[in-house]
Amino acid sequence: MIEFFINDQPVKAESGWTVLETARQYGIHIPTLCYHEAVKPSGACRLCVVELKDGDWSKVVISCMYPAQAGLRVYTESERVQNVRRWILQMLLAQCPASPEIEELAAQYGVKGTRFVSHHPEEKCILCGLCMRVCAEVVGVSAISTSGRGVHKKISPPFDQPSNTCVACGSCVTVCPTGAMREFLDSVRGTPRIELARVGKK
Amino acid sequence: MAKESTAREMQIKRLDSAESLAAWREQILAAKDPNQVEIVVCYGTGCLASGAAQVETALREALDQAELDIKVRPLIKTTGCRGFCSRGPLVVIQPEGVFYQKVAPADAGEIVAALKEGQPVERLLYRDPQTGQAIVREEEIPFYQLQQRLVLRRIGAVDPTDIEDTIAQGGYQALAKALFAMTPDQVLQEVKKSGLRGRGGAGFPTGRKWESALKAIEKKGRPVYVVCNGDEGDPGAFMDCMVMEGDPHAVLEGMIIGAYALGAQQGYIYVRAEYPVAIKHLTIAMDQARQLGLLGENILGSGFSFDIQINRGAGAFVCGESTALFASLEGKAGEPRPKYVRSVEEGLWGRPTVLNNVETWANVPQIIEKGGDWYAGIGVPHSTGTKVFSLVGKVNNVGLVEVPMGVPLTEIVEKIGGGVPGGEPFKAVQTGGPSGGCLPYELKDTPVDFDSLTKAGSMMGSGGMIVMDRRDCVVDVARYFLRFLEEESCGKCIPCRLGLTRMREMLDDFSRGQGAEEDLAELQSLARAIKDGSLCALGGSAPNPVLTTIRYFKDEYLAHIKEKRCPAGVCKELITYRIDPEKCTGCMVCARACPQGAISGQKKKPHAISEADCIRCGICLESCKFEAVTVS
Repeated sequence: MIEFFINDQPVKAESGWTVLETARQYGIHIPTLCYHEAVKPSGACRLCVVELKDGDWSKVVISCMYPAQAGLRVYTESERVQNVRRWILQMLLAQCPASPEIEELAAQYGVKGTRFVSHHPEEKCILCGLCMRVCAEVVGVSAISTSGRGVHKKISPPFDQPSNTCVACGSCVTVCPTGAMREFLDSVRGTPRIELARVGKK
Repeated sequence: MAKESTAREMQIKRLDSAESLAAWREQILAAKDPNQVEIVVCYGTGCLASGAAQVETALREALDQAELDIKVRPLIKTTGCRGFCSRGPLVVIQPEGVFYQKVAPADAGEIVAALKEGQPVERLLYRDPQTGQAIVREEEIPFYQLQQRLVLRRIGAVDPTDIEDTIAQGGYQALAKALFAMTPDQVLQEVKKSGLRGRGGAGFPTGRKWESALKAIEKKGRPVYVVCNGDEGDPGAFMDCMVMEGDPHAVLEGMIIGAYALGAQQGYIYVRAEYPVAIKHLTIAMDQARQLGLLGENILGSGFSFDIQINRGAGAFVCGESTALFASLEGKAGEPRPKYVRSVEEGLWGRPTVLNNVETWANVPQIIEKGGDWYAGIGVPHSTGTKVFSLVGKVNNVGLVEVPMGVPLTEIVEKIGGGVPGGEPFKAVQTGGPSGGCLPYELKDTPVDFDSLTKAGSMMGSGGMIVMDRRDCVVDVARYFLRFLEEESCGKCIPCRLGLTRMREMLDDFSRGQGAEEDLAELQSLARAIKDGSLCALGGSAPNPVLTTIRYFKDEYLAHIKEKRCPAGVCKELITYRIDPEKCTGCMVCARACPQGAISGQKKKPHAISEADCIRCGICLESCKFEAVTVS
């Protein structure tokens, strides 16, 4: 058992647990968007940040990947943590104005509006990559991935063409934290295999 | 470039012991006439761009035509970057070391004739800007005098495509010493003793990194990989490129020694594809080293085998980050991962991996040769050795310089760099590229070492140094770096992908005279969130230029926001070009140069600029010889 502290409360973790897993075990809430038990964490959304302190030393890390270690002093609501969270939520509100899930999460953390201009009023996707990871790690088909870099990054099937690799299982829709995949699925999946078999194509 | 010596080299059988390397070196040196005249043409990128290749051709022709009464025919040799790029093309006559600058193909005849007469070509010599005195020899020029060239010691002296030349000048001596006179642990201890810190940016102690890898090997076993990071991408930085081009064997030798210390069998050099000459020279160097038995199976007959492969990067800045570099090497998208398990433990293909920068590797052979204590004696206690900088921007002596760690900023900029053209003090120096910070003139005495720069809010980075004068606007500079990083962000994590754009948008507002004073505090708060929240060092350090410019030049930000004024005269929406009727002679030059036809006026009568038509390109200002065009 690994013993450490979250918000000065003593906690115990199994070997291999992350800080987030430990916190959840104790009912300490840490917000997440790109985290899902079914897949490996990737550290993309950064909402689950926590601050580690040791005397004067302090560091902000993501709890979904930071391994539980003996003696850690973890703070989930420190000023630095709240600052990161507040800005991420403000930026997400402007980035995905069409997502009620984001709006709700922001409100939960006291972020009511955003100072930023929204460039895409219909946007819902936050590019957390859960859809892609579930497709690769759970379904095992990798029908979608991110393409492009930085501000041009997006989720797409290969060459932006609907792909028969997609088995239309809907796992991506299930895990999507903002509902973006619901609308996007049709542009990802090609003709179902059974249909192709009927007309004699492979 | 390759010449007869390469053919001779082919006949050399594999070197199978330290003795055979020493014997061959003796043979090369014995075959050399110490009085052999060499005409050395700098083939660094700067010199090539200003016509070094044409100069070389002209020199060869002139040499063919000349009837020289010299016993040994002069050789023409091309080398890597000599560093004094603003004075290129450079030609140096060896062994005397006569230094010719700004050489044109038309000067070739005179240079060759001067060899015969034994008198240098006076007009091609460098002149001291203060005294006007001509300086004949390279080492007497202040630009070189004040430097301590260790990493660059062979660059400019050797033909990088000829391993013989490198060996003659001491190449692979350290490798022989390491393999036959030292145990792997002794090599490690020597590197640790030297205090060498990674030259790629973060400054992690190299010896400690190697040691951590060895600990990881104890747990996980081998293979372990040795990787060289040649993905230099900072705007204005070209140190690593010049090292790979000018002395590729130093990098290879460093890697082989590192591999020996770690027991690695495979190494990789990750170079961006934008560096074709570096790739070419490294490839040639590796081929030659393999033929000689200095790389590959059973190196120098020691029983130790190690080989290197070059991987070309597609030019993404983020691939200089260790985990993104590994992803790219593995054939995946160049995205970083959190490093809570460090990459020395879990690097390339999940294996223990030592990744060091080009300059770091190039330092290793000398440490082994001369000892860790010798190296630790150079520089300052926590930043030992020297550092190569690419000195660019508003500075007279643009080029590649190497100084001991800890010299004051002003020594590099004012003394070696010759200060700002026009003689006024510099306004700021950006160190560490887009991840670094902007240091004002008041901090000119800051020692340039890892810890002092970090304390000042900047960082060493890989060694870019951009000098700015009063006509550079700090808001614009911060915007420039943000635009660069916005393009280069991999987009994986939200603070970096969205945050950099939002910071840039806020700066855009400032540059238009929009925004309120409170926005400055908001911008700083957002910057801190990005620093804290980003996944890798790209996002983690991206706010540095913004934070340091606000810290040191807050008044200039406030001038934009409150007074709607850009003091440097850069931000287009806040400036107006005017013609001073007192000074204008009516020469019409600006009117003809103006791409918009916005300047009106008759000959010999003062001109005027139509503000409505003016696009604020500044061409009139540059074209006016009478300083009649002003910006306000």
